[in-house]
Amino acid sequence: MLEIQNIAWSPEGEGVIHDISLHVDSGKMIVVTGPNGGGKTSLAKLIAGINRPTSGKIIFNGEDITELDITERAKRGIAYAFQQPVRFKGLSVQDLLDTAAGKALNVQETCKLLEAVGLCANEYKDRELNASLSGGEIKRIEIASVLVREAQLSIFDEPEAGIDLWSFSKLVEAFNEIRKRKSGTLLVISHQERILEIADEIVVVANGYVRDAGARQVILPALLADEHRSRCPLEKEENLA
Amino acid sequence: MKYLTSELLKVIADYQGKFNGAYSIREDGECVARQTSENIDIVSKTDKPGLEVHVKPGTKDEYVYVPACVTHGNVDDLVYNDFYIGEGADVTIIAGCGVHSDDEDEARHNGIHRFFLGKGARVLYKEKHIGTGKGQGLKRIDPVTDAFLEEDATLEMDTIQISGVDATTRVTKAELKARAKLLVRERILTEGEQTAKTDFVVDMIGEDASADIVSRSVARGHSFQSFDSTIRGLTRCSGHSECDAILADEGRVLASPALEAAHIDAALIHEAAIGKIAGEQLLKLQSLGLTAEEAEEKIIAGFLK
Ligand SMILES: Nc1ncnc2c1ncn2[C@@H]1O[C@H](COP(=O)(O)OP(=O)(O)OP(=O)(O)O)[C@@H](O)[C@H]1O
Ligand SMILES: [Mg+2]
Repeated sequence: MLEIQNIAWSPEGEGVIHDISLHVDSGKMIVVTGPNGGGKTSLAKLIAGINRPTSGKIIFNGEDITELDITERAKRGIAYAFQQPVRFKGLSVQDLLDTAAGKALNVQETCKLLEAVGLCANEYKDRELNASLSGGEIKRIEIASVLVREAQLSIFDEPEAGIDLWSFSKLVEAFNEIRKRKSGTLLVISHQERILEIADEIVVVANGYVRDAGARQVILPALLADEHRSRCPLEKEENLA
Repeated sequence: MKYLTSELLKVIADYQGKFNGAYSIREDGECVARQTSENIDIVSKTDKPGLEVHVKPGTKDEYVYVPACVTHGNVDDLVYNDFYIGEGADVTIIAGCGVHSDDEDEARHNGIHRFFLGKGARVLYKEKHIGTGKGQGLKRIDPVTDAFLEEDATLEMDTIQISGVDATTRVTKAELKARAKLLVRERILTEGEQTAKTDFVVDMIGEDASADIVSRSVARGHSFQSFDSTIRGLTRCSGHSECDAILADEGRVLASPALEAAHIDAALIHEAAIGKIAGEQLLKLQSLGLTAEEAEEKIIAGFLK
């Protein structure tokens, strides 16, 4: 459903994404991992249309969407949960979720949705999306704003960051649910073992390249072994280069 | 009452064919309807145009509507309204002003309001301003508000200028005695060649008085807004003012907040932020399927809500 062909991205002439190709099948859960600064968020933003690649192509459901803007891609079924959620003075949680859903959600729908990220609708739906929300709270609202879209392709950028254990378990449940029902394709950027463990495929992005990609059963043991050897990731990349 | 007035009242004063409570409706400089209640008396001033509104001590949960409308050009309406709020009363005052001009002449409403809040009185004052009509004549609204708060009184002012007002100069002064509280929420949208000036002067003269002024503005087109505020703490007290402005197109905003503390325990804070809509905010809403224009509208509407 998603085909990334040799994309590169060089903002201000600096190469961030050098050459990435990726093939994502419908209904699968792909987890993208790799060292900080490796280019995961940059890749996600290229897919969502927030940035345009310097070269290469992005094909979505057979259509070349490389030149489409972010709105058009959203309408075609791509949703992206930001790594750093955006705050808005004056918009409430309900406003954001209604906008994301494309309709006014009723109380039950809002409840069910926020429940999936461990929040109580009564307490949160009228809260303003401003600085008064904690990091973990706004992160979970960000995730809910993507879940509600039930998009063909949902991208979550480090959904685990800053959220408590209990909410994290709910989130894993929500991903599992989507995966089991094959109700959408998931591309999750994560460093979390519990998320890596439920992936169909794992892609390791480092230094703007795909360093490794394949079935979880193949990639995960190697990743964990690497981690257990606790080598400095920089050192590793140098060896690779 | 003219049809146009009733249409304006719907927008500025939640009018739905009638008002529940005491009211006095002003149209083109004349009072066209009035009703008093057991606890709220409204009388015309004898020395100059305007009203005296007297709210009996202890009056609870009642409403007073004093909207004013100007329906055509060549009207320069000046009105002096005084509100006397008895001790311990708790009421909502809905003012609001609509100016309409379909011709070449200026339509102006200038309301000079004084509030005298007795001990422990509470007032929620709501005011919506709008200009309508296709005329070239300027539509102006220039409110002047003077508030005097006795001990433990609270005045909450919720004011909004939605659209169509070519020029406005707002001056608000308040004097707060012990434990009195002033809360202001002001929102102003200007576009085209419009200008809006707003000026607050708050004196906290009683211990533990507090003032909180939050102004949000959006300046689009070639419009200009200025925000001036002076909060003076003459004793132990707390004051906060915040001016938050969004610029679009060639809009300009000048924020000049001033704080004056004349007592070691006067805690005064000011925050001001002026800038265009954050790119990230637009991107987030676009990623939810809105176009860039729709995203901007949503952000501005929320900001001014
Ligand atoms: N707009 C930009 N202009 C220039 N450089 C950028 C820009 N955005 C990101 N970068 C750089 O690209 C590199 C990759 O950043 P990116 O955010 O994609 O990493 P990441 O893999 O998501 O990291 P993390 O795990 O910390 O989230 C970083 O070195 C970053 O500084
Ligand atoms: Mg990242």
